[in-house]
Amino acid sequence: MKVRIGKRPKGDLVDLIERISGEDPSLCYQCGNCTAGCPAAFAMDLPPHQVVRLLQIGQEDMLLSSRAMWVCVSCLQCYSRCPKGVDISKIMEALRQVTLRRGKDGIEVKGLPVDLLSQSPQQALVAGFRKLVS
Amino acid sequence: MARIGVFVCQCGNNIASTVDTQKVAEEMKKIPGVVYTQDYKFMCSAVGQELLKKVVKEHRLDGIVVAACSPHMHEKTFRKACEAAGLNPYRCEIANIREQCSWVHHDKTKKTGTLKSTDLTRMTIERLKKNKPLKTINIPLKKKALVIGGGIAGIQAALDIAESGYEVILVEKEPSIGGHMAQLSETFPTMDCSQCILTPKMVELSMHEKVRLLTYSEVEKVEGYIGNFRVQIRKKAKSVIEDLCTGCGECIEKCPFKADSEFEVMKGHKRKVIYVPFPQAVPNIPVIDREHCPKFLKDKCGICAKVCGPKAIDYSQQDEIITEEVGAIVVATGYDLMPVESFGEYGYGRIKDVVSGLYFERLASASGPTGGEIRRPSDGKVPETVVFIQCVGSRDPKRGVPYCSKICCMYSAKHTMLYKHKVHHGQAYVFYMDIRSGGKRYDEFVRRAIEEEGAVYLRGRVSSVYERDGKVIVEGADTLSGTQVEIEADMVVLATAIVPRKGAKELAQRLGISYDTYGFYNESHPKLRPVETNTAGIFLAGTCQGPMDIPDSVAQGSAAASKVISLFSREDLVREPILAEVDERVCNACWDCYYACPYSAIEQHPLKGRDGSIVRWVARVNEGACQGCGVCVAACRSKAIDLKGYTDEQVYAAINALV
Repeated sequence: MKVRIGKRPKGDLVDLIERISGEDPSLCYQCGNCTAGCPAAFAMDLPPHQVVRLLQIGQEDMLLSSRAMWVCVSCLQCYSRCPKGVDISKIMEALRQVTLRRGKDGIEVKGLPVDLLSQSPQQALVAGFRKLVS
Repeated sequence: MARIGVFVCQCGNNIASTVDTQKVAEEMKKIPGVVYTQDYKFMCSAVGQELLKKVVKEHRLDGIVVAACSPHMHEKTFRKACEAAGLNPYRCEIANIREQCSWVHHDKTKKTGTLKSTDLTRMTIERLKKNKPLKTINIPLKKKALVIGGGIAGIQAALDIAESGYEVILVEKEPSIGGHMAQLSETFPTMDCSQCILTPKMVELSMHEKVRLLTYSEVEKVEGYIGNFRVQIRKKAKSVIEDLCTGCGECIEKCPFKADSEFEVMKGHKRKVIYVPFPQAVPNIPVIDREHCPKFLKDKCGICAKVCGPKAIDYSQQDEIITEEVGAIVVATGYDLMPVESFGEYGYGRIKDVVSGLYFERLASASGPTGGEIRRPSDGKVPETVVFIQCVGSRDPKRGVPYCSKICCMYSAKHTMLYKHKVHHGQAYVFYMDIRSGGKRYDEFVRRAIEEEGAVYLRGRVSSVYERDGKVIVEGADTLSGTQVEIEADMVVLATAIVPRKGAKELAQRLGISYDTYGFYNESHPKLRPVETNTAGIFLAGTCQGPMDIPDSVAQGSAAASKVISLFSREDLVREPILAEVDERVCNACWDCYYACPYSAIEQHPLKGRDGSIVRWVARVNEGACQGCGVCVAACRSKAIDLKGYTDEQVYAAINALV
């Protein structure tokens, strides 16, 4: 994959994500502490530190096509480990918000199998809706 | 019969774990001439030394062998103890049974270690029996220093020496002192203006009563040795009489001819043919560039002489050879930048808007060609995107140099800041391999460039730089995201490798100091003797030794100065007597030693008869220059030379004790 950088490294989307999350990706020096401790990184196509890296160099398409934001469980392990205080879970949340508001990847509650709805604990369902439906 | 005492050190467990020290001591008692032996836990401790002194006196010993660690560690300690006990210090010898025995043996039964220690100690005892008492040598000392190079390191060294009251001659090749630091705009990590902190030092130096400043001059020849160097300096013809010139600058203003300015780095920036390199030059006396002046080329013009009020222009001035005697030399010749034309992929020389880091300094400098405005060379536009490429030539063993140039990470970060301060809407990108920002407040500085000034750092190298529609396209990699990157830039700045100054090797040969593969001067010990060379009396300061930044160069300048000052603070030079000695009865004047000596310490000496006529020639050792290396001893075919303290007789005695 080749990345083209024009006059600005950041596009509007990156600006938006920074605004929603309140986080500054430029603080990150890519030490990898977040990925090292992430309990879900094994299942992510982009590990947390790379999500931040792509924000730094403004790669919106790669970010939005990644499934990492859906795998993130917002456990805040990354934030507690980050030496620079970057809260990646907030960035992941912002990515989800942006995606969902574009009408993409949202979950149709009606489409969920009844078995799942009846067997899942209520708390898990509410949490899941918060995260996946917004 | 000798009266020798032997002390075997246990060195805690360092020796005692593989050597039975008590047994070694007992064995030594059997050797004729040995009257006292003992083993002890720590001979180097104060108690151990007191024991040694006591035994020397009580048993009226005339020689001591300490079987312990390497003589590099404690030979001095034990010799001093002997001296305190009234024994000639050179009647004390060390048998190295630690580094050369206990540490390399693992036999816990102590059999092999004890056997070898016994042999080593016995050899040393036999050697000691042939030791003659020696006396240290006093050599007169010329308390005047020469500093070669007038950059910040040389200036600092010269100022420190002068401040402590000794005379200093500072030789600078260019018409002004100041070096590379004078070219810089602002300096990391404090961002203070380079010239503002440098020029006061330059002026202080030139006004100092103890300093003789020789600009536009070069060291041609160095003879002699520590305390007594004789130096020939070529003072190139400035074509301006320094005593008459008032520095008014009328000649420069009226001069109709121009040549490329060395100071402004990039080709195309001109200075006059009669010039001072920069406005704050010290001394503020112009020189005529004879290679470009039509007066010298075709005997035309001569305007400068006509307009000069004090009649200071002298076209017939000749180079002057100055001979000076100095006691110590500080070499501070600085660095050059690697020519980047050879790196085709970066487009330097082909694309106008690809410039070197030093050129960017001039661009950002208030006294530079653009008055401090960042404008790209091709069309004078303000660049809105600038790409900085680090490690151009550095850390590139295949095509450049394998070492890190050390300053580029920091100055590239500084460049991004300078750029952002001047072009607020601009965006800086930096291609780097690693960010090496070790130093006080250095990493914070780089983080500030990224976090506050918005520089985007891309970890990877650049594959090609080319032009497209008035833009400079930079293709490279970002290994952190694992992608190829293409940036549309307006200007590219290359952080080129630091290389030794042109002519560094020739100067080293003239001085008799050593240099590494690249031409950086070698320090005597990378950790413990960082500013000394292997030639006594010659010291190093600044980047002539290897890449370093301004704080390091200044620290080294002061360090070298303190070495010179401590040398000068003595009445005369005291030297170890471990020197070569020629038996003039045997010498047949073949001069093999004369040519073999790396320190030029052998002199050809005539022996004269009663009528004053020369009877024959012999070699003589200059005790000031001799370093006791022993090369002449090996070279001498008639065996006329011996090294005091290591005579053939001593060495044979030691070998005989073994076989």
